[in-house]
Amino acid sequence: MLRIENVGKTFAPGTVNQRVALRDITLHLSPGEFVTVIGSNGAGKSTLLNVVAGTYRADTGTITIDGRNVTKLNDHQRARYIGRVFQNPASGTAPHMSIEENLAMALERGQRRALKLGVTKAKRERFAEELTALEQGLDTRLKDWVSLLSGGQRQALSLLMATFSEPKILLLDEHTAALDPQRAALVSRLTTEVVDRFGLTTLMVTHNMEQALRMGTRLIMMHEGGIVLDLDQARKDRMTVQDLLREFGRVKGSALDDTLLQ
Amino acid sequence: MITAVELGLIYAVMAIGVYLTFRILDFPDLTVDGSFTTGASVAAVGLINGMNPLLATVLAFFAGTIAGIVTGLLHTKGNINPLLAGILTQIGLYSINLRIMGRANVPLLRETTLFTPLRDAGLTGTWVSVAVLLAVAVAILLVVIWFLHTDTGLAMRATGDNPDMIRSFGVNTDNQKLLGLALSNGLVALSGAMIAQFQGFADIGMGIGLIVAGLASVIIGQALLGRSGIAIAASAVVLGSIMYRVVIQLALMAGLNPNDMKLISAILVVLALVLPQWKGFARMGGVMRNRFAAAAESSALQKED
Repeated sequence: MLRIENVGKTFAPGTVNQRVALRDITLHLSPGEFVTVIGSNGAGKSTLLNVVAGTYRADTGTITIDGRNVTKLNDHQRARYIGRVFQNPASGTAPHMSIEENLAMALERGQRRALKLGVTKAKRERFAEELTALEQGLDTRLKDWVSLLSGGQRQALSLLMATFSEPKILLLDEHTAALDPQRAALVSRLTTEVVDRFGLTTLMVTHNMEQALRMGTRLIMMHEGGIVLDLDQARKDRMTVQDLLREFGRVKGSALDDTLLQ
Repeated sequence: MITAVELGLIYAVMAIGVYLTFRILDFPDLTVDGSFTTGASVAAVGLINGMNPLLATVLAFFAGTIAGIVTGLLHTKGNINPLLAGILTQIGLYSINLRIMGRANVPLLRETTLFTPLRDAGLTGTWVSVAVLLAVAVAILLVVIWFLHTDTGLAMRATGDNPDMIRSFGVNTDNQKLLGLALSNGLVALSGAMIAQFQGFADIGMGIGLIVAGLASVIIGQALLGRSGIAIAASAVVLGSIMYRVVIQLALMAGLNPNDMKLISAILVVLALVLPQWKGFARMGGVMRNRFAAAAESSALQKED
């Protein structure tokens, strides 16, 4: 479903600030696979997501979604294949527009937008139904501005908006990191539900190792722009946070050795 | 005073244009000063060449859209700051407007204009002409409100509200800005064409400082009615435009010189921006808004009955 082949990305090349964010990354996701991505700050996790989404253009390599080469497409051109939830709950919604208007825009993902009325009665009924499933009491607040919602409610809404038009790929960028533990747990649960419901091929970046182990069907660890660990479902299930930390320490140590040897 | 209301209603069309860029797209567009005169020039030259007044006015609208697109291209393709892009187009338009008119002032007193039927019937300056102009302003207002609720309109509003979000749903925000600027300056030019026909001449200086009048209308209206919901916010602009012209008229009647008007306009905008931050005023505004909301609700209820 998603094929990332030999992708590299360097920021500010040829300057003193040059920073290699991705080194020759190759990663294939089969349909319905749910991959969690962990790694320390600056490991390239977010860059990987941004390169897939088209926010950044890859310097080298190709990205293919469902057989289509999207390497040269802009972010808004790729958006028809990709649903996305950002870390900041304010990023995924338009604050001064109503809940139903936000959902109507999301429903039109990647379509040609014409002069049809955005929110119709039929759509409104569907939205209420979808919102009921979120259990946030939003189904009765369709006409409220999104800026009136709490962070958790906004993130739940963002998740619905990113997924209910059934994109080929779902990208989650630490989407529970800015929430309190209770809300984070709720959004995690909703994420698992919605990914199962639509069978979405998902790439989720997280800082939370426990979450990375609990969610998804596969786990990868990144370090200095490369993938250093790739665990399938069976191996992931046997892992504990302690094992991951040990693995993390080992990778860091060997990376250090490499630099010393050079 | 009726003339002030008439002017307020014609300038309201310009103010709706300013609302589209300033509030909807969050793009402070200074093209307005130039595109207003462009509309007036195109209509005036059309009229003195015997063109049908309606056709001349429609042509003026399209001339305005082109001006908006130029500003949009400077900003989106040329990566020029919005304020600077607008100023550049505005300055360029000054020369273009002179080229269109061939001189600095084109009198239209003997031409057949949109207002000739009203004038011949002796109805200008009466409530009949106010009613006609109100109908025109409301029709344009309704079209704009409808547009802002279509799929394209929603995408345009989101472009001003959260561009990253709407891009992630597949909307090219550059195109939305171009469309919004074209529509906005089309309305501004339409207003300019109507003003030229109403006052009986087009003048190279008629658009100078007009952006301030547009902003004043948007800000005064929204200080009175609030911004909750597109329909109220857009209608507030029309009310704001009338209020603005009435205040100017009162200032003139109080013995101020027409040359002082630019200063009065600037002070009005400053007051409309600063006063709502003052607590006592906020309370007062709140009371007025509540009253309006209650009135709107009761009239809506009556309609349902």
